[in-house]
Amino acid sequence: MSSITAPAREFKVIGTRPIRHDGEDKVTGRAVYGADVQLPGMLQGKVLRSPHAHARIISIDTRRAEALEGVKAVVTAADLPDPGDRTANLGELGEVPLKYLCRNVLASGKTLYHGHAVAAVAATTPQIAEEALKLIEVEYEVLPPVMDVLRAMRGEPALLHDDLFMDEMGEKSSKPGNVASHQRYQKGDLSKGFAAADHTLEREYRCATVHQGYIEPHAATAMWNADGQVTLWCTTQGPFSMRGAVHQILGIPLSRLRVIPTEIGGGFGGKIPTYGEPVAALLSRKSRRPVKVVMNRAEVFMGTGPTSGSYVKLKMGVSKEGRITAAEATLIYEAGAFPGSIVAVGGICMFAPYNIENTTIDMYDVVVNKPKTAAYRAPGAPNSEFATECLIDEFCEILRMDPLEFRLKNAAKEGDVQSHGVPHAKIGYIETLQAAQRSEHYQSKLTGPNRGRGVASGYWINAGLTSSATARVNGDGTVTLSEGSVDIGGTRTSIAMQLAEALGISAQDVIPSVADTDSIGYTEVTGGSRVTFATGWAAYEAAQSIKRQMREHAAEVWKVSPDKVTYQDALLRVEGDGSRQITFKELARGLYEKGVDVGARATVTPKGVGGAYATHIADVEVDPETGKVTILRYTAVQDAGRAIHPSYVEGQMQGGVVQGVGWALNEEYVYNDAGQMLNASFLDYRMPTSLDLPMIETIIVEVPNPGHPYGVRGVGEVPIVPPQAAVANAIYRAVGVRLRDLPMSPPRVAKALEAKK
Amino acid sequence: MPGKIQVTAIVNGEKREFLCQPFQTLLEVLRDEFKLTGTKEGCGNGNCGACSVILNGLLVNSCMVLAAETQGGCIETIEGLQTSQGLHPLQQAFLENASLQCGICTPGFIMAAKALLDKKPRATEGEIRHWCAGNLCRCTGYDKIVRAILDAESRMALQG
Repeated sequence: MSSITAPAREFKVIGTRPIRHDGEDKVTGRAVYGADVQLPGMLQGKVLRSPHAHARIISIDTRRAEALEGVKAVVTAADLPDPGDRTANLGELGEVPLKYLCRNVLASGKTLYHGHAVAAVAATTPQIAEEALKLIEVEYEVLPPVMDVLRAMRGEPALLHDDLFMDEMGEKSSKPGNVASHQRYQKGDLSKGFAAADHTLEREYRCATVHQGYIEPHAATAMWNADGQVTLWCTTQGPFSMRGAVHQILGIPLSRLRVIPTEIGGGFGGKIPTYGEPVAALLSRKSRRPVKVVMNRAEVFMGTGPTSGSYVKLKMGVSKEGRITAAEATLIYEAGAFPGSIVAVGGICMFAPYNIENTTIDMYDVVVNKPKTAAYRAPGAPNSEFATECLIDEFCEILRMDPLEFRLKNAAKEGDVQSHGVPHAKIGYIETLQAAQRSEHYQSKLTGPNRGRGVASGYWINAGLTSSATARVNGDGTVTLSEGSVDIGGTRTSIAMQLAEALGISAQDVIPSVADTDSIGYTEVTGGSRVTFATGWAAYEAAQSIKRQMREHAAEVWKVSPDKVTYQDALLRVEGDGSRQITFKELARGLYEKGVDVGARATVTPKGVGGAYATHIADVEVDPETGKVTILRYTAVQDAGRAIHPSYVEGQMQGGVVQGVGWALNEEYVYNDAGQMLNASFLDYRMPTSLDLPMIETIIVEVPNPGHPYGVRGVGEVPIVPPQAAVANAIYRAVGVRLRDLPMSPPRVAKALEAKK
Repeated sequence: MPGKIQVTAIVNGEKREFLCQPFQTLLEVLRDEFKLTGTKEGCGNGNCGACSVILNGLLVNSCMVLAAETQGGCIETIEGLQTSQGLHPLQQAFLENASLQCGICTPGFIMAAKALLDKKPRATEGEIRHWCAGNLCRCTGYDKIVRAILDAESRMALQG
């Protein structure tokens, strides 16, 4: 069952469910994804990866590989320009030392995780390239792997970098270590808050390292022309950020680098960083031919993503009336091999659903011998909010309070100051709780042995950032729309619909496409649930300009001042003169016949980002013998601000839920003592299948974001936040065991049940 | 390198002859030889179903079939589904039910669903979920995919 709780509609296009514009290409197999790129004379590139989690590279000898027939180029880190001490600006991700970026692309000095790229080959066939990899001789000095964040913090069993000095709340440490940074958010007075509590609990929570799990492996094709012009075709969430990263790693002028994004087969944050793109470019420079580098699935698991595994300690105090009086948390997140986990956002989100007067959050970014972490849908938030939402459930039990009632009692609203000192804008958390309370699911009774119902909420901050769109009116009155955001889940349509709404034309009369970096203004990554919000706004601005131009052209025909011409529902009229009117289509045809071009471009960096809240209800059944948890029923409630295309909002909610369920129940990186990943396949890294799930019910709540012309809030990320705790709380209510380590896989659940006996 | 093998097979209704290496998979030949890149590689070891095609009426992961094995066989890929009459009811149902987000798993899902409906035109939700468990989707949570397949069943029943 799906429903929308919404105010009266005043829209013609927004809120409808047109077929997506790129749909036919994608159901017929014609859409071109990363690995589908074909160029004349193209070579195949393959990457040699470290078999060790932590090792010093003593020597690399590529001579035998180069001599193999069919091999056209071999590259190692020696082919990269010296990054020196420069920093690289990664836009949304901030400034990072360029050397770390370079070393992640091709290892130099040390390999820092199992699967770290060491060298690459371009050959006429993939088989020859693979043969050549076996001929590259690398001598390693194996070092002890650093796999656990708590031991890593103590410098055990080794240091990854001898040049990493902790940033201790702004002060640089004098000794190198594995802790990259320590930050703190502090508000109110913790001791006062805990003194006011009637119940205080302290718990530890752990999340395993998990991968984004997109079905399309990374693929990059590069052509480095002799004149210095470099073209990259790749599957990326951010053509412009990719251009920026490759420009900085390879020292190519920005103007000489063009990134053409292909269709993208999922990203979830994991296709923001660069991996094979600079490698393909170097191989192309050496071979003077186009080179395509496509990863296999094991390479994706071992060499890209994942998101941070984490340790979270949380202490909370609650009054007997059920008010949270204080909360104190320590967040320790894996950065992977290089600094830069997203722990700070985990801190921001951790208590954002609640108005808590006294909070302190300490956040540590710690390097370990795992792949450099990447963003993963609401990055950082599931790890920290899992702790909050599970601990709240324990208080509800102590106080015998309904978990939604408890949340309503503490729910944050507009103006409340968050843990990091920023007041909330208009938010719809309370509305999600109320809609959950009213839902048929929550009102229904769950019966049967070993069954339980859990609830949990979640918050995600959402992003604004820069986006661009251009629009051109065609002679038949349709509008061609180019936009800078790659489309991962139907955003061509959600953007086109906003342009259509603004112009009063139909969604089908807009023809959207995704542009490359030479053809559109700067646009930040498809991430942060920002595309429908920010790129939609750019399209809205372009529409305003088109309306203005159309009014001016009509005024010229009618010989009146443009401010006398009104534009409504794609009809232009002279104010107060019923006899003079022309439709958008008629005027478009007339202008086209006269050779007049009507077009507009807009680049926006909107500030009025609206945060997203979700409340989920999960019914589970636990098999007491095997520990297997089955999801019986699941409802996701979410404030979308305004659901532009409700089907795709539901789709985001359902997809987020299922990724969260996978994270909750099965997914994890499994390592041996040597730090080698043991389950780098879809068989052994167990993502949910259709058989594991029921239909996912959705309730869209609309509390319009006043910071957007149509009230849009990002919707893509927050649905992955509540499932882990909703499922954990449901398991407790089913079988009476509290699980605080993810995943809650059958062996873990069975062990907990055994311990309870 | 061993010599190439000559193979004759029907691909989307057309008789095709090709040469392949003994180690080449059907997936490689479809993509690299015939440029039928609608069949996707997600894992290369039969775990994700993105490369699903129908071989002699059976659903297979084309990454797990050697191209040489298809001698004399009949291969259906996503590119062969659309006819001059328009989209296949499954394709139309996927569009109208918003059953794709990134779309990379879509061709495999549609081929898997076709293989099911060819055998069992009124499959239940449970049967669909069981049958499609070999096809991974990371975007949709499967809800709208399952609904599209149920919807396609109704459309096909109406068409007779």
